[in-house]
Amino acid sequence: MYDIDKIRDDFPILKTKMNGKRLIYLDNAATTQKPQQVISAIVDYYSNYNSNIHRGLYKISEKATQKYSESKEIFAKFINANSIEEIIYTKNTTEAINLIALTYGEKIIKEHDHILISEAEHHSNLIPWMQLAKRKKAHLDYIKLNEQKSGLDIESLKEQMEKKPKITAIFHASNVLGTINNIKDISKLAHKNNSSILIDGAQSIPNIKIDIKDIDCDFFVCSSHKMLGPAGIGILFAKKSILADMPPLFSGGDMIKVVNKYSCAWNDLPWKFESGTQNIEGAIGFRIAIDYINKIGVEKIRKYEKDLMKYFLEQTNNIKNIEVFGPKNIDERVGIASFEIKNIHPHDIAYIFDKQGIAIRAGHHCAMPLVSELSKEKALARISFYIYNTKQEIDESIKAINKVKNIFKIE
Amino acid sequence: MSYDLYAEKIISCYEHPHNKGQIKDANAKFREHNMVCGDDITVYIKVKNNLINDAKFTGNGCAISIASASLITDYIKNKKVDEIEKLDLNKIKELLGIDPGPARMKCATLALIAIKHALKNYLTK
Repeated sequence: MYDIDKIRDDFPILKTKMNGKRLIYLDNAATTQKPQQVISAIVDYYSNYNSNIHRGLYKISEKATQKYSESKEIFAKFINANSIEEIIYTKNTTEAINLIALTYGEKIIKEHDHILISEAEHHSNLIPWMQLAKRKKAHLDYIKLNEQKSGLDIESLKEQMEKKPKITAIFHASNVLGTINNIKDISKLAHKNNSSILIDGAQSIPNIKIDIKDIDCDFFVCSSHKMLGPAGIGILFAKKSILADMPPLFSGGDMIKVVNKYSCAWNDLPWKFESGTQNIEGAIGFRIAIDYINKIGVEKIRKYEKDLMKYFLEQTNNIKNIEVFGPKNIDERVGIASFEIKNIHPHDIAYIFDKQGIAIRAGHHCAMPLVSELSKEKALARISFYIYNTKQEIDESIKAINKVKNIFKIE
Repeated sequence: MSYDLYAEKIISCYEHPHNKGQIKDANAKFREHNMVCGDDITVYIKVKNNLINDAKFTGNGCAISIASASLITDYIKNKKVDEIEKLDLNKIKELLGIDPGPARMKCATLALIAIKHALKNYLTK
């Protein structure tokens, strides 16, 4: 049983008003809201055991250190990783990808090598590779969109793999189209071609069960703030065998074992990649967010999200002059839907939604190559759902769409 | 609930903007983006004897950015170049007939910013 009322009660922000109306938050692909449990955990840390980790020989520091480690243990279990040695906390998903590009990528990419990404990547999984390719005079290759522009072209993927890329970096779920990639098959194909593979899971992990052993990717990156946790915590999973040989990106405090005047020894995994004081309250809050997701169950979340998406697609199907992008089959997409209303700029759509108390995103969604392919305005409006949204809120969105069309006198 | 921002005047400017197109022999030109929503406007200006002889624009944008581009390109024609430097958000508000508010400020001032850049480049050439 999915107790929506109980879930909604846990999110204090859902009681706020925006422009005089009850907030309807439909920008979850940008960031999700936080349950009271997460907020309270952060307050509890600062109120009762604020201290630095890995240092203090006193009770509250022991507790903070333990809570920080526990956060990683819970996350490692959440994605079925072997141990916390494979889990590195970063600032966000972008930093996690940069860390790989600047250490592992820097080491293995040589002149004329190939790096493979797709036309539908978020800028965070594009620019670090573009920069690496430039530095090394390597080739940056793109897997093309399919003909319907609803996802990636499988033939193009196979063709590009024949160039034997050293690194393949690809999204799990698109932040624009919502499309889910079959990352298990892609990982297998990459490995068959001796390519290492990075999966950008920022939009998939909030609602799709991740089993890292089953996927068998080398790197998996995501963010706490898109899955009920605080901002400022990104996660990099990397296979231990790769991490062991990887040089650290940042050096300084906490990432070393022994230091003398002219040399030092790196700390054990994963600490060698976490220099300086970390985002302790972020890690503590993130752990509670995972607990919250686990309590509902990822499978239930996925089912609920599919119901919402099905309803949204049905409702918009009856409206003239609107185009919703992405796959028609709800099994192939997460709860993200970008759309266009004929002759109306997405920014105007988002503005009129805002006046109705509905938060949606409009713009290029940090995926300019993809959005430029989809829209001549180079911008789209986007609705994205999470666990606390309801069909009633979708009804309100449909009313807002009709309001937009009335104002602009569109049929 | 107020929809002043989408008053008849603005919608009509958006649907039938003035000065849409290029000026072939423009002597000042500038392209400006609004990263938030993807507005992308290029302005073309023809300066003659220190007067704005003609002003046009091309590009895509939301209703507010297109309406203000339409209104401001109309407004600057036959004005002296140094008068343009003094224009700011207040002039845009006056032309639109409403205050666009902080969220739409960049949209509303996009064309004016592009015009100022274009003229600055022209003067330092």
